[in-house]
Amino acid sequence: MSRVLIRGGRLLDPSIDHDAVADLLVEDDRVVEVGPSLKAENAEVIEAEGKWVAPGFVDLHVHLREPGQEYKEDLASGGRAAVAGGFTSICCMANTEPVNDDPAVTQYILDRAAKDSPARIFPIAAATRRLAGEVMTEMSALKDAGAVAFSDDGETIMDARVMRNVLEYSKLVDAAVVIHAEDCGLRADGVVNEGRMSTRLGLPGNPVEAEEIHIARDIRLARLTGARLHVGHVSSGGSVELIQAAKEAGLSVTAEVTPHHLALTDEATGGYDTSTKMAPPLRTGSDIETLRKALAEGIIDCVATDHAPHATYEKDVEFTAAPCGVLGLETAFGVVCDMVRTGEISPLELMRRMSTAPAQIFDLEGGSLTPGSAADIVILDPNCSWVYDPAEGFSKSRNSPWAGAELKGQVFATLVDGRLVYQTGRGILIQ
Amino acid sequence: MIGQDLLGIEHLERDQIELILETAEHMQEIGTRDVKKVPTLRGRMVVNLFFEPSTRTQTSFEIAGKRLAADVVNFSVSSSSLSKRESLLDTAKTLDAMDPDVVIVRHKVAGVPQRIADVLDAPVINAGDGAHEHPTQALLDMLTVFQEKGRIEGLTVAIIGDIAHSRVARSNIYGFTKLGAEVRVAGPPTMLPPHIEDLGVKAYSSLREVLDGVDVVMALRIQNERMGGGIFPSVREYSSTFGLDRAKLRFARPDAIVMHPGPVNRGVELSHDLADHRPSVILDQVRNGVALRMALLYLIAGRAFPQNQE
Amino acid sequence: MAPPRTTSPDSSSPPEGAKSASSAAMSPDAGVPLASSTASAVDQSRERVVLDDTKIRRALMRMAHEIVESNTDLGALYLVAIPNGGVPLARCLAANLESLAECQPRMGTMDTTLYRDDLAARGTRPRLRTTEMPSSVDESVVILVEDVVSTGRTIRAAMDALMDFGRPRSVKVMALVDRGHRELPIKIDYVGKNIPTQPGESVVFRAKPYDKSEEELFEVVVQGLDDSPPDLERTKKSGGFV
Repeated sequence: MSRVLIRGGRLLDPSIDHDAVADLLVEDDRVVEVGPSLKAENAEVIEAEGKWVAPGFVDLHVHLREPGQEYKEDLASGGRAAVAGGFTSICCMANTEPVNDDPAVTQYILDRAAKDSPARIFPIAAATRRLAGEVMTEMSALKDAGAVAFSDDGETIMDARVMRNVLEYSKLVDAAVVIHAEDCGLRADGVVNEGRMSTRLGLPGNPVEAEEIHIARDIRLARLTGARLHVGHVSSGGSVELIQAAKEAGLSVTAEVTPHHLALTDEATGGYDTSTKMAPPLRTGSDIETLRKALAEGIIDCVATDHAPHATYEKDVEFTAAPCGVLGLETAFGVVCDMVRTGEISPLELMRRMSTAPAQIFDLEGGSLTPGSAADIVILDPNCSWVYDPAEGFSKSRNSPWAGAELKGQVFATLVDGRLVYQTGRGILIQ
Repeated sequence: MIGQDLLGIEHLERDQIELILETAEHMQEIGTRDVKKVPTLRGRMVVNLFFEPSTRTQTSFEIAGKRLAADVVNFSVSSSSLSKRESLLDTAKTLDAMDPDVVIVRHKVAGVPQRIADVLDAPVINAGDGAHEHPTQALLDMLTVFQEKGRIEGLTVAIIGDIAHSRVARSNIYGFTKLGAEVRVAGPPTMLPPHIEDLGVKAYSSLREVLDGVDVVMALRIQNERMGGGIFPSVREYSSTFGLDRAKLRFARPDAIVMHPGPVNRGVELSHDLADHRPSVILDQVRNGVALRMALLYLIAGRAFPQNQE
Repeated sequence: MAPPRTTSPDSSSPPEGAKSASSAAMSPDAGVPLASSTASAVDQSRERVVLDDTKIRRALMRMAHEIVESNTDLGALYLVAIPNGGVPLARCLAANLESLAECQPRMGTMDTTLYRDDLAARGTRPRLRTTEMPSSVDESVVILVEDVVSTGRTIRAAMDALMDFGRPRSVKVMALVDRGHRELPIKIDYVGKNIPTQPGESVVFRAKPYDKSEEELFEVVVQGLDDSPPDLERTKKSGGFV
């Protein structure tokens, strides 16, 4: 029996609204005791004074590229990047090669993940075959194989009838459908937010309306079907209004926001750096303000990274030709921690948005530190400043807008299943 | 300015623009000589790196370089570098290894000259990137207006056409406003980009209103292929609403001049006879292009810190 | 061609004394000196006038006599001024020639900047000045008119430039001041005054306007620069009119 005692940290457990200094004792893969001045013989002790101790982060939206594009990332490197960023559970999108639209692919991912990844990996299966937006996947078989949700992320289901059927059918397996909301016609070849910056840069614009129109449509379809709709990477203030109205109407609608949409505006694209190109694009300061407020108030349920690795040579091209997406796992906490310092959100609520809330949306274990819970734990140093260098990180790729940036708020240690898998300065601690 | 990139007018200071224009005026004299060559850039290498074909601009730079005795090398890259599995920046680095003294970059995508400048030691001159900037065109336009009008400060300039997709419009907006002119833009609403007035111009959708009292009318080239994107219904409708002819020009000042970056779609942006005769100054623009580019090469070509102290 | 120019401060910040000199009286780009590095080093208190207006005009008249004496075909004369200082000097010289021999030499102005041999070694490009050569120099007797000659490099550049305007029968050089320190085998045919100087000093010719008339007041001063090591610019010549 292995025991780990985490001593003296500020214990933040959103599942029971606990925010106080306490010790936490882990035996094997479970939390067994929480309280002041715990004694444990033969326990590995982690001193956590001045640090936060919280349920391991849960990311509902990552791209791990395996199978098929292992030169960008694979389950091993993505899993390492996850625990280095404090994430103990991550949900990988279906746009691999082949697409995860078949139970065999889902099973492959789970098998590989169990062998290679220090983080728990949960596959999200495609909602339609080959992400083509035409024929829905075998949701029941996929769910049985281990898929936790369904999404064509990266692509948009443009045919409303197909989307309606996907939502209707998803009720059979009681799983959330995650949408990538962008009206492809309106977006056209847009690569940056349409507005002052797109005009200045001379790059084709992508208006917020392309996102909002689509979210509005799918909220109507969620109302029509009663299915669980999860809105991926919300980027505009207008989208927040739509989601708020849907929640007030009692619909089963949830939403996520990425760290980059919380922190960066389209001004970051001024140097045509393709590490600032993603879908949806970076928006304006007023969008950021609305998004941060919505996250604090819970209108947006959770933070998800949309971690999207691409090889350097793929990004070192014309801005319009570069693939969309940026790394996110290793920088997420350092970026969003800023909201605690500015007083926009309490530490407990931030932890809720990063662990408890997302775990609930996909019915995942985790997000709690009550005795009996899985010992997926993150220990954070909110005051430690560090400089992020993607070359030193665990992802295979380097496409981060925060390359070389100083971030305040660092992951000190991560435990998965009761095992210390990452500690700052020591790196990944298991094979 | 030796070793400095010229990526756009947006980041130039007024006195830099004036130095370039003044230098270009002196360069014009060389074009009037029997022997149209000076030894200034002997032994220097000017590379034309054109990802998008543009005979006019490329030739203009080539003549400018040769008149300054530089070696001019044309490095044409037919299509996207992606097709060769070589990234854009690989191409740039390959070029840099050949030690050019200045690299002229033209690309159909905005931002490429900047990305190339980021990895190149040699200074980069933007010869047009997507809908972003075309600084040498704007500078030669300013030179042309200056020589016609004797000043730029206080003039009113109207730019007409597809502002949204025009690099020439953006560079001229920055340039003329920096030198104290009032700039107006006009076109069908589908051709006016969002927040264009943030660049310091006033936007119009009426040809009559935009021309009222202007000193300079600049017509932009309409790309017929844009019709596919649905931003204007037909060439006929465009030319009847925003095409210029002598009758419509009466709304402008009596001494107004007409400019066009070329090549002109005759009967579309400009009527046939307006394209060829005063008050249009289109051929002066072309002529000034060589002198202007000579001035830029003179001011910019070379590495920022020469080691060869003689 | 001298089109109106945009008003702009000189980016090269010339020495103060030189900047104020003659800019009103000369071509539009006057008062734009080549030597920018001397600006901060010039100490006005260590400046002494070595030639005043009277002496300069006397010298110009004497040189006009010499030119008339040594040239049989005065009709072939072509005065080519090297800006900026050569311009007012050539104008005065031409007036003298007309009064002495009723000859009206052709006049031109020729900037040598683009022919300089030190462009590659400099961190900034010198501003260009006017070149205006109204007619070909073929078969003419060219007299290059320069204010101060020292290393001979400007004259070398001027001869190169001249060949681009035709094939003169002969080329001669007139300098108001020869201050020595020659680095090239250049001979001055008509010298106003030899002024031996230390390498650290610079010699400046100025043409100041006065009384709002066309008249200019000429002077040549020597500026001490002994605090700083000599460099290309200073040994080359003045700060005012190079």
